[in-house]
Amino acid sequence: MHESSRRTRGKVRWSKLYSFSCLRPHTSDPDSAQELIGQPGFSRVVFCNEPQLHKRKPYKYTSNSVSTKKYTAVTFLPKALFEQFRRVANLYFLLTAALSITSLAPVKPLTLIGPLVFVVGISMLKEAVEDWYRFLQDLNVNNRTVKARAENGLFVDKLWREISVGDVVKVKKDEYFSSDLLLLSSSYEDGVCYVETMNLDGETSLKIKRSLEATLHLNEDAKFSVFKATTRCEDPNPSLYTFVGNLEFESKIYPLSPTQILLRDSKLRNTDYVYGAVIFSGHDTKVVRNSTMSPSKRSRLEKKMDKVIYLLFSMLLLISLVTSIGSSVVIKSDMSQWWYLSLEDSDPLFDPSNPSKSGFLQFIRALILYGYLIPISLYVSIEIVKMLQARFINKDKKMYDEATCKSVQARTSNLNEELGQVEIILSDKTGTLTCNQMEFRKCSIAGFSYGGNINEVDIAASKRMNTDSEAYRSSIDQSDTTSQSLEMSEFSVVDIIAQQAILRGHENADNSNARNSRLSDVRKESVIKGFNFRDDRLMNNQWIYRSDFFYMTMFFRVMALCHTGIPVEDGQTDKLKYEAESPEEVAFLIASQEFGFQFFQRTQSLMTLKELDPSSGKQVKREYKLLNLLEFSSSRKRMSVIVRDEDGKIYLLCKGADSIIFDRLADNGGAYLESTTSHLSNYAEDGFRTLAFAYRALELAEYEQWNSIFTQAKTTVGPEREELLEHATEMIEKELILLGVVAVEDKLQKGVLECIDKLAQAGIKIWLLTGDKKETAINIGFSCSLLRQDMKQFHVCLSKETESKKPAEVAHRHWHIQITRLVKKHTGKTTLAIGDGANDVGMIQEADIGVGISGMEGMQAVMASNFSLPQFRFLERLLIVHGHWCYKRISKMVLYSVYKNIAFGLTLFYYEILTNFSGDSLYDDWYMVVFNVFLTSMPVISLGVFEQDVSSDVCLQFPSLYRQGLRNIIFSWSRVVGWILNGIVAASVIFLANVYIFSAAAFRQEGHVADITQFGAIMYTCIIWTVNCQIALIITHFTWIQHLFIWGSVLLWYIFALAYGALPPDYSQRGFNILTESIGAAPLYWVATFLVTIAALLPYFTHIAVQSLLSPMDDHIIREMKHGKKDVTENQMWLREQRNSQRSTQVGFSARVDARIRSFKEGLSLKRISIYNKSATNTPFYKSWTSSPLFS
Amino acid sequence: MEATDRVILAFQKGIQSDPNIQSLLNKNFPACKPILTPRWVVSTFMLIAIVFIPIGIACLIGSRDVVEVVERYETECIPVLNRTNTVQFIQSDADKTCNISMTIPKRMKQPIYVYYQLDNFYQNHRRYVKSRSDEQLKSASKENDTSACKPEDIANGRGAIVPCGLIAWSLFNDTYSFSRQNQSLTVNKKGIAWKSDKQKRFGKNVFPKNFQGGGLVGGATLNESIPLNEQEDLMVWMRTAALPTFRKLYGKIEVDLEEKEVINVTLMNYYNTYSFNGKKKLVLSTTSWIGGRNDFLGIAYLTVGMISFALSMGFTIVYFVKPRRLGDPYLLIMEQRSWIALKMFVEFF
Repeated sequence: MHESSRRTRGKVRWSKLYSFSCLRPHTSDPDSAQELIGQPGFSRVVFCNEPQLHKRKPYKYTSNSVSTKKYTAVTFLPKALFEQFRRVANLYFLLTAALSITSLAPVKPLTLIGPLVFVVGISMLKEAVEDWYRFLQDLNVNNRTVKARAENGLFVDKLWREISVGDVVKVKKDEYFSSDLLLLSSSYEDGVCYVETMNLDGETSLKIKRSLEATLHLNEDAKFSVFKATTRCEDPNPSLYTFVGNLEFESKIYPLSPTQILLRDSKLRNTDYVYGAVIFSGHDTKVVRNSTMSPSKRSRLEKKMDKVIYLLFSMLLLISLVTSIGSSVVIKSDMSQWWYLSLEDSDPLFDPSNPSKSGFLQFIRALILYGYLIPISLYVSIEIVKMLQARFINKDKKMYDEATCKSVQARTSNLNEELGQVEIILSDKTGTLTCNQMEFRKCSIAGFSYGGNINEVDIAASKRMNTDSEAYRSSIDQSDTTSQSLEMSEFSVVDIIAQQAILRGHENADNSNARNSRLSDVRKESVIKGFNFRDDRLMNNQWIYRSDFFYMTMFFRVMALCHTGIPVEDGQTDKLKYEAESPEEVAFLIASQEFGFQFFQRTQSLMTLKELDPSSGKQVKREYKLLNLLEFSSSRKRMSVIVRDEDGKIYLLCKGADSIIFDRLADNGGAYLESTTSHLSNYAEDGFRTLAFAYRALELAEYEQWNSIFTQAKTTVGPEREELLEHATEMIEKELILLGVVAVEDKLQKGVLECIDKLAQAGIKIWLLTGDKKETAINIGFSCSLLRQDMKQFHVCLSKETESKKPAEVAHRHWHIQITRLVKKHTGKTTLAIGDGANDVGMIQEADIGVGISGMEGMQAVMASNFSLPQFRFLERLLIVHGHWCYKRISKMVLYSVYKNIAFGLTLFYYEILTNFSGDSLYDDWYMVVFNVFLTSMPVISLGVFEQDVSSDVCLQFPSLYRQGLRNIIFSWSRVVGWILNGIVAASVIFLANVYIFSAAAFRQEGHVADITQFGAIMYTCIIWTVNCQIALIITHFTWIQHLFIWGSVLLWYIFALAYGALPPDYSQRGFNILTESIGAAPLYWVATFLVTIAALLPYFTHIAVQSLLSPMDDHIIREMKHGKKDVTENQMWLREQRNSQRSTQVGFSARVDARIRSFKEGLSLKRISIYNKSATNTPFYKSWTSSPLFS
Repeated sequence: MEATDRVILAFQKGIQSDPNIQSLLNKNFPACKPILTPRWVVSTFMLIAIVFIPIGIACLIGSRDVVEVVERYETECIPVLNRTNTVQFIQSDADKTCNISMTIPKRMKQPIYVYYQLDNFYQNHRRYVKSRSDEQLKSASKENDTSACKPEDIANGRGAIVPCGLIAWSLFNDTYSFSRQNQSLTVNKKGIAWKSDKQKRFGKNVFPKNFQGGGLVGGATLNESIPLNEQEDLMVWMRTAALPTFRKLYGKIEVDLEEKEVINVTLMNYYNTYSFNGKKKLVLSTTSWIGGRNDFLGIAYLTVGMISFALSMGFTIVYFVKPRRLGDPYLLIMEQRSWIALKMFVEFF
């Protein structure tokens, strides 16, 4: 332990490095803050090391156990019930259930209460199970252990939940803090420690915390035996970045700042141990106070479903009204003559003397009776289905990230179908699209560009042109070699680079390992992290043989010296790793190391390099005295160092944005300006971030004169300081000599490019929200292929609020929320926000769907999100495959449920007409109970879980299918109305056919006529067959599960009827022996069922037959293509159609390739006009070319 | 943390190695994806036609095999003088004997079922349907179980009415006696009720009691010495009809009737359908496998079959005249759509 701590101490203290000064927390005004203590809001008193004092009031604070449970055993029932009956439909069913106990009910109370109890019970069971898992997770967290000081002075393991305020705890390396602690001392002598706050704010960088000088010595267990101190501080609050308090220790008062506070859920790093006193525990801790639940969101489809339910409610009201009016008319006009009803005995429901009152009572009864129009089981089946869908999403092996061993998680299952309707993606940049890691890719030194000059777009474009022309050639049977050579020569005249691209494209495809020095193979991962550069002219120290090696040397020196980084020993190799303020600098340092300029030591004023001496070819150690460092700032856009080498020469080495450097060149300094500029624009189009390097040799006298001005400016106190400094730097950073430019790639996450390409083809608009400067944002736009050179760019920037003094991250978060809100409001489209850090939490919560990246350890974004992905690239499959499927599944489910309930519910209404609106139900009470709950629910669930219009591969091949969801064509109002009509048609066909078939005459050879019960059972059979066959017509993807559920449901009806009929008549009543004795034995029953089922389905079947003939849907055509094995037999065509379907998009990699092909073609046709004369245009080849798909 | 995720987390652990779930996710799960190709459409319609038309013909033949004689008598059986006030007549004590004759159009093989048919009689009316006590009908001990039977539940001061309720109270009481050539035809009134009614639903120890004794007399009276499970007319009547026009089995004639034979019916026209303008009909009918005479089923089958045939032909023609290549990718509507350029939004400050 001593060994390791000494090693750590040997390293540079980060805190002492000036460049990290900005990381120190700024307490707005420490003195005024101290005055607040003791005031309301700042009343907390903590007796450190005296936890026993916190056992009683008024110092009894909340315990350290944390609970995220929603319910307790006592509150579960009332709370969960309340949640359930907030739904309008459930409330309606509750009302009908309550009314069913009264005499008004048309059916037995059980008929109405049973399904309601079932449905609500299942939902509540789900709630209970979920809460149980929350409880288990809490238990897990609360039972973690930490070393805490016990009464006897020893530090023993204590459970987190047992920790109380005032306890002194000892936290070891890589452990989490159990509560908010006051840092007393650490394993380092100066009392610093490093913490990782990823769980809090998603930032990966280590933060430094520092104890008070006064408590430094408390760094051993034994020393706490006499330790006593009192902390007075602010009350619990959610602000992570502030803390106001003081420590009374040994009768002195020391102010405390956030630097001394270790927050719960952050992790101790690079420090062996720390001692801390618990200040806030459990629910008082800042992280718990700050914890952001993902707000409950409802999908668009579900909101629309509510409207559909309202539509059904209005239908319900309408037919109830018809029934009520009809009833009162009948009662008033002639019912009194119906002696067999014996109406003299006043029955309020049939009172001829008061028909309007009877009508009203009938209205209420009808509302209850026709309740079958409202699909009671829909909500619960949707919940089950979504849970299963979420399970499938989570289990998708293709969305499993092996690197982090994490898979996609649907954290809320109620937004699955919303994934199929996303129109705008708001994406965070760093950590989401990019890895926050820079790669050195290209450079231009003294007018020569190194690192390859062909990019992947060229390669893809040439590949495609070749396949197109090959396909075309083979299709017109003109595969003679002459045309090929002619074609190749034609390409060759276009442009030397294009030709290279085409040839290389071939080579690249055939042999990716071909030794090809100038072509940087983009697909291959670089061996050295941060360095993806291959050029034999520079690598392996070959640069020393070049004529311009002086420039090279200076160039590499700028790279190795002009930065704020520090080297970190790697241990294994002699190569070093680097830590620096920005990842760009790390990339430069790694690159310069690769080029033979290893920066290996830094002290306050000395930088040491191991340089390759061009003349000897050996490594020599050179020391550079760092005279001044002119820091980088966003307004200066440049950074310089002034160094003195061992020979006493003074150099100003400068790097900065190209425009800034170019403006400050000396008259003779821009010798390579023209070629450098052209390289710059190439780099920029590829999305690389560029920086220009320059230097200036200084005379000693000039330097000293300037230095005195500079020093004076630095020591000035007051508002004019900034201006003076600015002026001083301007004086020295001029007359520079340009060395060259470098291009670094902000490395995109794996698969981001392809993912964005697919999403763009799917019609999704991608908005990049970033706090970066404009140039960086544009670079990323280019490198993600969101931008092309030939596009018009719109930049929307928001000026910063000057009055607000919020910390940067808060402002950032604030803006994200505002933009998300703005986008949502003005476009009215479904938005998805994706991000990884705490700064994205606002936008994740605000957007319709929030997605958090879970690849890193930061949990804030994930906690606030609805879906968590380990990698951005999984968004492609999540949206285009699962989103599309879930959207279609849920839409079809809802539409079908509406249909089936109308088909059933309307027959009840039709029968009312035949009973003179008396409110009698046609079906046995039990038939009504089982209809929604058992006999028709399973096929719906199988539809919702397993339905696929096309397979996942085809979804990905034709991302445009996703647009069905964007345009919401599956759940459009016309479709809703269509399905309602279909339901009405089915109900009418079933009812009328049965009435005519079973009226009057005998239905059996034995001469029996059908009574109500038999009539109802026959009609019910027809309905069961019809609705189950209807779902079979909807399903496009059958596995044995669907078959089992559909035909099983039909079979279940017969089994149910048999079982019910076998019960003694006391229970089965009218249904006694119905199947065995009466209807089952009648051939007419079976013949009629067959007729009615087919006749009721015929309109729908005709409709889809006509539709598939005249205007088939996209998925239908694709299924036909797939069915006809076209993807196999006509592979070229399949590919081409795939591409055609993609053509309409304008962003993405494919679009860039298209644009490149267009520009090739333009070049081609220009050349052709100049080369071929009129006679040449008559050759068959020319004709074939002009009519080839390339020119279409 | 949102609710479902933990459940899902837990599921995940459990199902990580579940081969069934994995095979469901992967494509190797056997699945059938039917596609509605024109060939399928045409053959489906054709198949429906091929199956439906023969069934329709069979049903029609079955229905035409049935010989049915219907005689409407509610007006005829009122003396001409009383026809202006039929209700008063039917409620009076006047002699209601009435003779009608029926001509047999075609030879009728036994058994010939005798039905009475009522019209505009709402046996399915809720108030009527509910007015019965199955418990009381079944066992003598539940005699007082008459709560559902109001107002025909209790005879004034004499206890419960058995069978109670409006249905029983309004029992049909017209009677028919048949004769041909002055030779009477026996009508077998046994075996007209459902077996389950006789065995399980109407008790053999339950005897009518106080029936029609609750003030107003509704319909027929019952012989108090015969247990309910032998009162087949009651059992038939209490199987309430679903529709306002219904037939009820009256009895069976178990001899063949010859063509052109004239059957004389002496009927007692007691039942009051005149209050609500209900028709009364006497029906003699044989049966076939589809039951009584009902052409609707056959016609419906033939109609659906014909329509399917026509659709099948129509689709064939359309398919030949204006064929659509299967899986023709140029139809993909997504291609026609040019979507607005997707824009990147750069926000910075």
